[in-house]
Amino acid sequence: MTTETGRPALEARDALDERIVVTATINGDERSWLSSSRDSLLEALRERLQLTGSKEGCNNGNCGACSVILDGRLVNSCLVMAAEVEGASVTTVEGLARPEALHPLQTAFLENAALQCGICTPGFLVASSALLAQNTAPSEEEIRFWLAGNLCRCTGYDKIIRAVQQAAEEVRTGVHRSPIAGTGTHGAEAGVESNTAIEGE
Amino acid sequence: MQALKYARAASVDDAIRLLRDGGEAARVLAGGTDLIVQARERRREVHLLVDIKRLAETMVLAYHAPTPPDAPPGFYIYPGLEVGAAVPLYRVYGDPDVQRHYRALVEASHVIGGTAIQGRATLGGNLANASPAADSIPAMMALGGVARVVGAGGTREIPVAEFCTGPGRSALQPTEFIVSLYFPPPASRSGSAWERFIPRNEMDIAVVNAAAYLAFEGDTVSEARLALGAVAPTPLALPDVAAALVGRPLDDAAIDRASAAASAAARPISDMRGTEAQRRRLVGVLVGRVLRKAAARARGEEVPA
Ligand SMILES: Cc1cc2nc3c(=O)[nH]c(=O)nc-3n(C[C@H](O)[C@H](O)[C@H](O)COP(=O)(O)OP(=O)(O)OC[C@H]3O[C@@H](n4cnc5c(N)ncnc54)[C@H](O)[C@@H]3O)c2cc1C
Ligand code: FES
Ligand code: FES
Repeated sequence: MTTETGRPALEARDALDERIVVTATINGDERSWLSSSRDSLLEALRERLQLTGSKEGCNNGNCGACSVILDGRLVNSCLVMAAEVEGASVTTVEGLARPEALHPLQTAFLENAALQCGICTPGFLVASSALLAQNTAPSEEEIRFWLAGNLCRCTGYDKIIRAVQQAAEEVRTGVHRSPIAGTGTHGAEAGVESNTAIEGE
Repeated sequence: MQALKYARAASVDDAIRLLRDGGEAARVLAGGTDLIVQARERRREVHLLVDIKRLAETMVLAYHAPTPPDAPPGFYIYPGLEVGAAVPLYRVYGDPDVQRHYRALVEASHVIGGTAIQGRATLGGNLANASPAADSIPAMMALGGVARVVGAGGTREIPVAEFCTGPGRSALQPTEFIVSLYFPPPASRSGSAWERFIPRNEMDIAVVNAAAYLAFEGDTVSEARLALGAVAPTPLALPDVAAALVGRPLDDAAIDRASAAASAAARPISDMRGTEAQRRRLVGVLVGRVLRKAAARARGEEVPA
C-alpha cells in the first residue's frame, strides 16, 4: 500500500515499523504523539497531528511545499524523520497567524494575488517567514535565492516576490501598504480589513 | 518490505556498536537529505538509521590560527579547521573563520540545494555519499581536507582526495564513519575558489565543478591544489596539473597550460546534463576562473563568489 510518491501509507507503516512516542513543541504547544519509526516529520504533522497545512509535493526535497521551521531553521519536513524532532521546536504554517490577525506575509500574499491553486503557498509562507526573521530588508535577489527551493507552477513567482517585499516593509516599518487600497499607509491592522474586502468582492 | 528503525547514538562508541549490530542495512544518518530519499525510494536497503547529530564530536566547528612565532615557550594549539561531520552547511558558510580562510568551502556549501537543504545537509554526508558530482568534495580536496574516521578497528585519517573509490563507493569499512573533517590552516599569502556550471541558477546538479587553492611567495606560486567534479567516476584531484604551477609566476600562459592539462586529464561522459566535449571545454573555462580568483584572493583582493 503506497501513496503516489511511493511512500507506504499510514496503515502499512503502522503494521511494519516500530511504534515510537515523540514529544516536541509544535507551534508553541508541547505535543506527544504515537508515530511509526518510518514516519517523516511531514507524515507525523499531517497524519498523526492532523496539521495538514504542510503539503506533500515531491516528497524528495525538491519542491518546498513541506517547509517548516525546526529549532529556528528552515527545513523540508519530508526530509526529516519524526523521531529526529524529539525535544525540538517546530513551527508550521498553522503557527504563523495570531488569533486576532494574519501574519503580514499572509495578508501580503492575498493582496498581491501571490497564489492561484495554493498548493505551494504554505511552503512559501513558512520559507519567507524564516527569511524575514533574519533579514527584514532583503533585496529581490536575496528573496529569489532564499526561495529557490520552493517551486510554484502557477504564479510565475513575480507576485510572490512582490508579496514578500511588501510584508518585509511592513515588518520593518510597521506600516501596511496594500496594493488594493491604493498607496495610502495604514496601521498594521489595516491588512486584515483589506482581506475582508477581497472576500467581499 | 522490511521495518525501518531509528536510533539516536548516545556516544561515538554507541554509534559504532549500532552500526556493527545493524550490519549492512544500518546507515549513518546526518542531514538525511540523501539518505531519507534513498531509503524511501528503496534505492538502498536501509533497516536502521543511526543518528549521529547529538554528539559533541560530530557537531564541533572550530578554527585555530597557527601559533604565532612570538608565542610563549610551550604554547601550542593544533592549527586548522575542524568541522564535525554532522554540522549543517548553513553553519559552515556562516562561520566568520571559514569565510576568512576557506572561501572555496563557503562557495560550494552556499549553493548545495536551497536554503532548506542547507539547514540539514552536511559536508560529511556529501563526502560519504560519494557522488561524482558532489559539490563540496572538490572544494575539500583543494583545501587539503582530511576525514577523521572511527570504527570498530579504531581511528584513522583518510585524505578527502583518496576517499571516493567509485560512484557511491568510498574507502569506509563497515562500522566506520566520519566524525569530522580537518583542514590545515592556509598559508599567509594564499587564496581558494570554487565554481560550478549548471543550466539553472540554483538547485541543480553540477555539469562540471572545479576548485583551486594557491599560495604565493613573492610572485611565485609556492603551493597549488586543483580538483574537479562531475568529470569522472569520482571527484578528481589533479596533483600533476597543480604541481606544474609551482615555482613560477601565475601568468596567462601558466593558466592556459593548466586549463588545457585539466581538460585532458578529465574523463567525462555524455549524459542528459552535458556532452563529453562540452564538459571538457567547461573544465578549461572553470579551471581558468578558479585559478584567477584564488590568486586575486591571495593578493588580498575582495572577490565576490
Ligand atoms: C533538493 C536537493 C538538492 C540537492 N542539491 C545538491 C547540490 O546542489 N550539490 C550537491 O553536492 N548535493 C546536493 N544534494 C544532495 C545532498 O543534499 C548532499 O549530498 C548533502 O551534503 C548530503 O548530506 P546529508 O548530511 O544530508 O547526508 P545524509 O543523507 O544523512 O547521508 C548521505 C549518505 O552518507 C552517509 N553518511 C552521512 N554522514 C556520514 C558520516 N559522518 N560517516 C559515514 N557515512 C555518512 C549516509 O549513511 C548516507 O549513505 C541535494 C539533495 C536534494 C534533496
Ligand atoms: S514535499 Fe518536501 S520538498 Fe517537496
Ligand atoms: S499557486 Fe499553484 S503551485 Fe503555486
